[in-house]
Amino acid sequence: MKALCWQGVNDLSVEEVPDPGIRNRQDAVVKVLASTTCGSDLHLLGGYIPAMRAGDVIGHEFLGEIVEVGPDVSRHKVGDRVVVCSFIGCGRCWYCENDLWSLCDNSNTNPGIAQAMWGYETGGVFGYSHAMGGFRGAHAEYVRVPYADQGAFPVPEGVDDASAVFASDAAPTGWMGADLGGVKPGDTVAVWGCGAVGQMAARAAMLLGAERVVAIDRLPERLDMTRRRIGCETLDYTATDVGAELRELTGGRGPDVCIEAVGMEAHDTGPQHWYDKAKQMTRLQTERPAAVREAIHACRKGGSVFVLGVYAGLADKFPLGAMMNKGLTLRGAQMHGHRYIPMLLDRIAKGELSTGHLATHTMPLDEAPKGYDLFKNKKDGCVRAVFRPAG
Amino acid sequence: MQRAKTAAAAATAAAGAGAAAWWLKSRSGAPENAERWLVVTVNRPPGELAAGLAPAPLARLPEPLAELGDDIVVEVRPAPGGKGTELAARLRDPRRAGVVDRVRGNDPRQQVRSALRDAKSLLETGEVLLPDLPTTRPTPVGEVLELATRRAGGEGRL
Ligand SMILES: NC(=O)c1ccc[n+]([C@@H]2O[C@H](COP(=O)([O-])OP(=O)(O)OC[C@H]3O[C@@H](n4cnc5c(N)ncnc54)[C@H](O)[C@@H]3O)[C@@H](O)[C@H]2O)c1
Ligand SMILES: [Zn+2]
Ligand SMILES: [Zn+2]
Repeated sequence: MKALCWQGVNDLSVEEVPDPGIRNRQDAVVKVLASTTCGSDLHLLGGYIPAMRAGDVIGHEFLGEIVEVGPDVSRHKVGDRVVVCSFIGCGRCWYCENDLWSLCDNSNTNPGIAQAMWGYETGGVFGYSHAMGGFRGAHAEYVRVPYADQGAFPVPEGVDDASAVFASDAAPTGWMGADLGGVKPGDTVAVWGCGAVGQMAARAAMLLGAERVVAIDRLPERLDMTRRRIGCETLDYTATDVGAELRELTGGRGPDVCIEAVGMEAHDTGPQHWYDKAKQMTRLQTERPAAVREAIHACRKGGSVFVLGVYAGLADKFPLGAMMNKGLTLRGAQMHGHRYIPMLLDRIAKGELSTGHLATHTMPLDEAPKGYDLFKNKKDGCVRAVFRPAG
Repeated sequence: MQRAKTAAAAATAAAGAGAAAWWLKSRSGAPENAERWLVVTVNRPPGELAAGLAPAPLARLPEPLAELGDDIVVEVRPAPGGKGTELAARLRDPRRAGVVDRVRGNDPRQQVRSALRDAKSLLETGEVLLPDLPTTRPTPVGEVLELATRRAGGEGRL
C-alpha cells in the first residue's frame, strides 16, 4: 500500500510499504477515508521530537472504514465507518478507567524511551515516534488499530468525512483544554493559537458557558476564520500588546482560564524569539515556549493555564515565579480523546460544533508532501490539509 | 543535504539522550541497586492475582513471570487507594550489570522488567500489545534508535 513516510528533517515522501494486518486479537484494520495534518506533525518534521526513524509512516488524525476485525473485537464489524482516536488506550488499566486515556499503561510498546525522558511514559499514538510506541501513522491506505473496541467510534449518519475527521484529535484536544482547564459559566477565557486546536478550544469554552472568549494569533486568515466560524473575539499579537489588551477586556483582572494551543515552535516578536531559536537550534533547550510564558503572565491571580501545545523536553526562561506567586494552576496533557469523542460527534451532528471549515485543502495521498508544505508554511490560507487515500 | 538532515536528526536524538541522562543520574549519584524490587501495579483486585499477601506460588503466576522460574522471587500485595494489586519481582541472585550488558540485552533485570510489564498487560487486557511491523530503512541514527527500541521493553524506571 501507499503511505506518507518521514525520511528526515523536513523530508517526506509517499512510499510503497507492506500492508498492515491483525497482530493482536483486539485489533481491527481500517481503510483510511480521510486523514489530516496536525500541528504536532510539524514538530516531527522540524526534527524536534526525538526517536523518529527514516521510513516511519506519520499521521494520527483519521477516519475510515473497518475492513478486518480480530477475533476479540465485539463492538465493530467490517463495513463500519469509524473515527479513530489518535491516542491508543486499552480501556482497562487504571489510567484508562479514570478517563486519562493518553496515559494508558498498556499501549506504548517502547516504554523505556519515554520513561528515560519524562519519568513515566505516555500511551501509544499513531505515527508519532518510537518514544510513543512506534505505531504506523494514518497517512496511508490502511492502518492497524489496536484495542479497536476502545479506540474506534461509529460516525453518526449525516456527518461527512471532512467534519468527522477532526473528532479524532483536534476537537477532543481543544475540548480537553477547556474542560480540564476548568472553564465555568461566566468565565473569560483566552486561547493562544488559532489553528484547528485553538479554534476547537475556543468553541469548547463557549459551549461550556464562558461569557467571553478571546483567541490570539497573527495570521489574518486564521483570525478572520475564528471570528466567523467559531464566533469569538480575536487579537493579533503582532499588532497589539496582548497583556494590556486582555487586562482592558477583563476589567483589569486578566482571563480566568488561559489555554495554550501553540506548542514548541511558537513564533515570537522581538529579541526573545532569537534567543529561544538559537538555544533550540543548538539543543540547549528543546522548546520555544513564548506562548506559555505569555499565558502565565496574562492569567488572573488564582487562575488556570492549560498547555495543549506539544513540548518535548526542557524549556528556558520559564516564569516559575509568576506561577507560584499568583497561585496559578498549571496543567497540560496529551489528549484523552476517548472521553470526549462520542459527545463531540454528537455535537457535530447537531450543528453545535463546526469542524468542516478547518479542512481548507483536500487532496489525494500522493500529494501529501505538498499538503504538508502548505500547512507548515501556512500558504494559501491553509489551516488543515486533508488527504483522501481511498481516492 | 542528506548528510545535513542526518546530522540534525542525530543532534535531536543526542539532545533527547542528553536530557534523559541528566535525569537518570540519581540525586546521590549512587549506582542502580541490583537488589531493588521491580514493581508494577495491576488494575485488578488482589485476590485475583494470587491468594493473599504471601509470596505467590510460581505455578499461579502469569506466564511471562512463571517463565523466569527460580531466577526470581515474586511478591503480591494490595495497592492502596483501590489502585489494584502491586506485583513485585526481584532476581534471586542479583548481579550488577554495566552499560555494555544493558546495551547488549544481557542485563537480567531487563527480562524481569519485560516480564512484569507483559504480566500486567495480560492480567488487565488479556493480551500483550505487539508493536507494528517496521516500515523503516537503515540509517546510522536509525540503528541507534532501533537498538534503543529493542531494549525499551526491558529498560526504563520500573
Ligand atoms: N495535547 C494534545 O494532545 C495535542 C493534540 C493535537 C495538537 N496538539 C498541539 O497543539 C498545537 C497546535 O496544533 P495545531 O494543529 O492547531 O497547529 P497549527 O500550527 O495549525 O497552529 C498553531 C497556531 O499558533 C500560532 N502561533 C504561533 N506562535 C504564536 C504565539 N506566540 N502566540 C499565539 N499564537 C501563535 C500560529 O500562527 C498558528 O496559527 C501544536 O503544538 C500541536 O502539537 C496537542
Ligand atoms: Zn494531533
Ligand atoms: Zn489503558
